[in-house]
Amino acid sequence: MGGPEMAPHAPHVRRAPAKPWRSSSSLSARLGVVILVAALAVAVGAPAVAPHDPLKQNLGNALARPAAAHWLGTDNVGRDVLSRVVWGTRVSLVAGFVSVAMALVAGSMLGLVAGYCGGRIDGLLMRAMDAVLSFPPLVLALALGAVLGAGLTGVLIALAVVYTPTFARLMRGQVLSITARDYVDAARALGAPAWRIAWRHVLPNATAPIVVQASLSVAFAILAEASLSFLGLGIQPPAASWGSMINAGRGYLQQAPWIVFGPGAALFVTVVGLNFVGDAVRDALDPRVREQGRQV
Amino acid sequence: MAQVVARRLLATIPVLLLVTAGVFTLLHLTPGDPIDAMMAESVDASVKENLRKELGLDRPIPVQYAAWMGRVLRGDLGRSIRNGEPVIENVGRRIRPSLQLAALAMTISLAIAFPVGIVSAVRRNRPVDRVGTTFALFGICMPNFLLALLLIFVFGVTLRWLPISGYTDPLEDPVAGLRSLVLPAVTLGLALAAVVTRTLRSSLLEALAEDYVRTARAKGLSEGRVVRGHVLKNALIPVVTVLGLQLGTLIGGAVITEYVFALPGVGRLVVDAVFARDYPLVQGVVLLIAVGFIVSNLCVDILYGFIDPRIRYH
Repeated sequence: MGGPEMAPHAPHVRRAPAKPWRSSSSLSARLGVVILVAALAVAVGAPAVAPHDPLKQNLGNALARPAAAHWLGTDNVGRDVLSRVVWGTRVSLVAGFVSVAMALVAGSMLGLVAGYCGGRIDGLLMRAMDAVLSFPPLVLALALGAVLGAGLTGVLIALAVVYTPTFARLMRGQVLSITARDYVDAARALGAPAWRIAWRHVLPNATAPIVVQASLSVAFAILAEASLSFLGLGIQPPAASWGSMINAGRGYLQQAPWIVFGPGAALFVTVVGLNFVGDAVRDALDPRVREQGRQV
Repeated sequence: MAQVVARRLLATIPVLLLVTAGVFTLLHLTPGDPIDAMMAESVDASVKENLRKELGLDRPIPVQYAAWMGRVLRGDLGRSIRNGEPVIENVGRRIRPSLQLAALAMTISLAIAFPVGIVSAVRRNRPVDRVGTTFALFGICMPNFLLALLLIFVFGVTLRWLPISGYTDPLEDPVAGLRSLVLPAVTLGLALAAVVTRTLRSSLLEALAEDYVRTARAKGLSEGRVVRGHVLKNALIPVVTVLGLQLGTLIGGAVITEYVFALPGVGRLVVDAVFARDYPLVQGVVLLIAVGFIVSNLCVDILYGFIDPRIRYH
């Protein structure tokens, strides 16, 4: 057998067909989008969607089992759990998106300045970011929440501080890589000022990884807000937030587990959905992942 | 190797300095006067004034920082306002349950992650892989306080197999001690197992596609020997990286887990100090946790050199 004849009988490399991977990935992406859109709709339309007043107590109907009148039952003071879950969606989504947006803006600016200025400013800013990263995230958020006071504002600032270094490092890396490219040299040679190069050339090209990171961070920010609220540092009672509802319900786990599992399920499903969306955004924007996807 | 360690230690110094500055600033981030925030309005003004002097809050901030740093360098992290005990003693009493919890959680996570990750990678895209990846997704998305309550509901409240709160030292009573730590450790370990499973699976898949694996298979080695002898060691670096990165999550998770299961650990101490507005204690414990976290990451960095001799530090 000559060489050319070998080709059709070359050792068969077993590869998983690309279709199942793609279909399961796009299925999870679609599911994620459906969950996210539903959560956003519930958050925006909470006054119309919630069947009862989330704050209205009815001690005569406390710890009522899930039934037609109260789909997820009532809590220890007779409030409708479903209505509180619906209103809690608002708090969770605001905490997730706003804290990540704050971190994105602050981190991107710091990273841009560090990468562009270099030298001592770069060293100082990056060591400061390393210092923030030296704290376990929840412990830092807890300590900041403690000094800033309980409430949504304190939580938003605490989470923004926790997530800022990730964006700063990412942006700095992008700036260093992009400013070494020929088109930036060309812009410099044409006399473009630094701010214009940063605005027109660096920022647009650095957007993709920042967007990917932001999309992946929102789910974790929602989990962190719920954790802080669970510990009593988030939204204060009687206002509804999933974490504080779960904390309030843990004393009634034996008699009324629905107080915990209603908001718990909402939190879990939302985080799963956001993870799916984050993965899909990464798959779409990260060329390395796209390439791996083609190879599988 | 000694040079590598020395270089990494030197690089840690500026970060440590900034960490101390950050922790010191914590107290001053309090809106208004920290003493007013710590104590009720009804407390006598002279008591507040004495405490202000005792904590040095009546002096300029740079002077306060220098004095505080001087004390920290001598190992004095201040005293708790609640019980008047030094922070170090407070932490010393609470460290053992936290370390036992972390060790057991780490053991559980590795005991789950390695078999699941390996089987998932070797049987890629098969049903067993789907189960493994679903488990990883579940573990990553499940908040640990919710998982803790689920475990309490099933194993504590419904089946009544395990205690739902409290702590017995396993060194004094091994059976009761382990029973008191099982649910908290599973809560903490499952989340870590999920992340390690995901990382191990993807790094094993990468290693399985390497030429040396094809060579090993061509030599007639069984799949088990290929994985054990060639693939696993090469896939370990990302797993060690993730374990290092997850230390922070583990510590954060320990705060929540100790709170839910009423374990008298360092995490619970932080939460109690926050709610008591015992800021010197919060400052001291947060500083100790941050330093512990930095040292752990340093150990992970140094560990790379032992796992992979190709790694060179420049």
